Amino acid sequence: MKRLVVVGNGMAGMACLEQILKYAPQFEVTVFGDETHVNYNRIMLSSVLAGEKSADDIVLNSVEWYERHDINLRVGVRIVDVDTHAKTVTGTDGSVTPYDALLLATGSSAWLPPIDGLKKDGVFVFRTLDDTRALLERAGPGVKAVVIGGGLLGLEAARGLQVQGCDVTVVHLMSTLMERQLDPDGGYYLLGKMEELGVHVLLGRTTTAILGNGHVEGVALSDDTCMEADLVVVAAGIRPNIELALKGGIAANRGILVNDYMETSHPDIYAVGECVEHRGVCYGLVAPLYEQGKVLAATITGNRGPAYEGTVPAAKLKIMGVDVFSAGDWSEQNAEPVRFEDRALGIYKKLTVRGGKLVGAILVGDTSDSHRYMEWLRSSADISGQRKHLLFPPPAADAGLDIAEMPDSETVCGCLGVTKGTIIAAIHEQGVNTLSQLKECTRASTSCGSCTSLCQGLLRAVAPEFEDERKTVVCACVPFAEDKLRDILRSQKLRSVQEVLEIYGNGVGCEICKPALSYMLDMLWCGDHEEDRSARFINDRVHANIQKDGTFSVIPRIHGGVTSADQLRRIADVADKYKVPMVKITGSQRIDLLGIKKADLPRVWADLGMPSGQAYTKGVRMVKTCVGTDFCRFGTQDSTSAGVEMERRFENLFTPHKVKMAAVGCPRNCAEATVKDIGLVGVEGGWQVVVGGAAGKSVRKADLLTTVETTQQALEASELFFQYYRENANYLERTYDFVERLGIEKVRKETVYAPDAAREALLDRLRKSKARARDAWQEGIEPKTPAQFIPLIPIDPLVESGFSRITAETPV
Amino acid sequence: MNSYRWLRVTPTGNIPPREGRAVLIGDREIALFNLGPSAASGAGDQFLATDNQCPHKGGPLCDGIVTGASVVCPLHAWKVNLQTGEVERPSHGKDHCVATYPTRVEEGVVLIGLPAANAGTPEGAPYEEAGTPEGAPYVGHPFKGANRGAAA
Repeated sequence: MKRLVVVGNGMAGMACLEQILKYAPQFEVTVFGDETHVNYNRIMLSSVLAGEKSADDIVLNSVEWYERHDINLRVGVRIVDVDTHAKTVTGTDGSVTPYDALLLATGSSAWLPPIDGLKKDGVFVFRTLDDTRALLERAGPGVKAVVIGGGLLGLEAARGLQVQGCDVTVVHLMSTLMERQLDPDGGYYLLGKMEELGVHVLLGRTTTAILGNGHVEGVALSDDTCMEADLVVVAAGIRPNIELALKGGIAANRGILVNDYMETSHPDIYAVGECVEHRGVCYGLVAPLYEQGKVLAATITGNRGPAYEGTVPAAKLKIMGVDVFSAGDWSEQNAEPVRFEDRALGIYKKLTVRGGKLVGAILVGDTSDSHRYMEWLRSSADISGQRKHLLFPPPAADAGLDIAEMPDSETVCGCLGVTKGTIIAAIHEQGVNTLSQLKECTRASTSCGSCTSLCQGLLRAVAPEFEDERKTVVCACVPFAEDKLRDILRSQKLRSVQEVLEIYGNGVGCEICKPALSYMLDMLWCGDHEEDRSARFINDRVHANIQKDGTFSVIPRIHGGVTSADQLRRIADVADKYKVPMVKITGSQRIDLLGIKKADLPRVWADLGMPSGQAYTKGVRMVKTCVGTDFCRFGTQDSTSAGVEMERRFENLFTPHKVKMAAVGCPRNCAEATVKDIGLVGVEGGWQVVVGGAAGKSVRKADLLTTVETTQQALEASELFFQYYRENANYLERTYDFVERLGIEKVRKETVYAPDAAREALLDRLRKSKARARDAWQEGIEPKTPAQFIPLIPIDPLVESGFSRITAETPV
Repeated sequence: MNSYRWLRVTPTGNIPPREGRAVLIGDREIALFNLGPSAASGAGDQFLATDNQCPHKGGPLCDGIVTGASVVCPLHAWKVNLQTGEVERPSHGKDHCVATYPTRVEEGVVLIGLPAANAGTPEGAPYEEAGTPEGAPYVGHPFKGANRGAAA
């Protein structure tokens, strides 16, 4: 067997090796990598920095993969010399390894501009997992970070640091951001978005020196200003690693020179990836690497034939929550620009057409059409006939048409180079029916995920038993499934509704998504977040239930339905004093005062001297009880005390939908616990805890969660379920839908049967939320917003009549 | 041409961004909204004013959730455009307009422009079309009297 040595354990080298392994085995493979990790997805480092992913999440080839293919993996060894006569390479560990074929995939390094003080402690580059880890160690709230370079890498670093809480400033030499991918208009839009999100940007300036005694204290700029800094990230560009090639006398210019077959100037030596210069171009993006790797694999295995003819440079990414796509030559010189811009929607699109063909495209804010443009660019198709529909495609006659129009050779997943043909083959030959199976099988959409919807479309059109795994999206304003959205909110540390809407939504929101987001933030941050009252329904702004005439109903909390003569007297006095039109006993063992005017609410609450019953909100309603063992001849458990205690543990918390509870002392079920969201049913010697019951729009008998011996155990089981529901239900999903959706077995497994640590974690988060929860009616004394309850009286009195007939009588 | 009487209403800070408040002017209840910082007008918050009565069942529009330049009535989720006064949902149309009033901000105070006594219907503010479903303007809000009494 011939010996193949691969120098470089990164994305290009390993993608190429994967292709080589598809041919008949003919090599004994050794891979050298100077990093100490297996091959990982370098383009996801920004997600690691932003805390969205862990290092394990971005592994592309596991140790098992290397073992399975008998690859001798040598990590932590840098190859420092190559002897092309003896055909050996020498490593930093002194090892000399012979080769029959040598594959150079040495990648690129951060380019360091000539700045004084780059050696100081606190100066970083952002290229590797180790760089990222080092940055994460330093980053944190209040840390002042300066990023040198406003290109793709610099902005990704800036975003990650900002998510970590740093105070970030980007210093960029050019007058516009990401000028390699975006024209000034596109860059301007991005600039606005970044500043909106609190990242400072200084354009048209260079960093002249890094200041500080040993470690970074600040930077000096070309405009003679200085600024404080605790850490500096240099992301001013990349440079192909050609030192090794030069040592071996292999021809190199900016990169290692290769022909269309990926052969270097020396026989048996090949090169691939960012270290390569092909037809005068060095690529810094991922898609070309895969194309090069396929060609190289054919060449090196003796199947020389397919030629690499260059790649249309294209980048599709999300910067600071903004979708950006850039491809081809978008300069307007000798080209016909076609544009669309809507500042309010945050969308900018520009296409450049030359000689009836698309030559370049920039999309900011909406990249849904990028595949169409990419294909036109790749195929150099004549688009003269479609000029009217360049920016907005004509409505497709049927949903599958877009898919049907794609040729089999069209790349669906640009990251991993998976074509439509490959996906269709997987569907037919391997019985793929779901997106997860497709990912498993072809790896399509496992990298950046931007082709997910296209993959879904293909599956829907082709797979005989397609199963849509998509979860329900909150609403069109924030087009994410709720579980996904919770992950985003958590990992991105988003703490206000408006921030979520601006970064991941349409910036506006509506009456559906705003309350949902309000709830999610409250739950995720255990109440430690910036509550935005404008995002909540009027009931939650004034803590009472609006009625058909605009008045409100007031239901005080009566724990467990156990009241006293004193409470009843106060309720009666309030009813008299405020001339309450109706006083009613509710179906929940509570008392409702109907027809209260908004402006009277604070005084009504004060006069009642009772806490809010949360009857107006998606929150903890009541715990209905029977008299249990205290008075009843049949009672087996003290349901009254248990119910009162349960209500105290949960009161003032918010939930995805209302939560009604009950505790009964025996299976006669007088307080109807088996049709409540959570019910405690006393039996001889213990309690049954039941969940997911309903007696409203639908009637459903609750499922048994667990049977326990003591009241404390029953309460804890309720708490586990309660918090689990809070964290995992979709907004406005009642427990009875939630339990049916998940299945009671799963609910049990993840609550009462969960490992100790998981149970403790649930209870801990519940306790944290509870510690922040307050009786909302306290706002009667200290309003949250100005004029929360009262109408405004104009500063200027209305002196003359005409606008109003009865002005004279109006006490203004 | 524009015959408005401008009335100083309240400091801008009294209306939080994306919320509305009721203002009593004469016997009329006007809903004054703060749409939040506006991209078009620079950094300052943008204010809009309409009658505080949903054309559907008279719901208090000031208590609705603001979405863009519209408000969703808290009673039955009718959506009303605050710039034009037109109903956008359930169906778009000019059949049920809400009167709109011009606003401006001076020295941190929001002003509302009222149609002058002798000026008839102001341009762009068809206030005479507004009012209760019975078509009788100025009869007042069903619960306005209560609010006013409490605030006095």
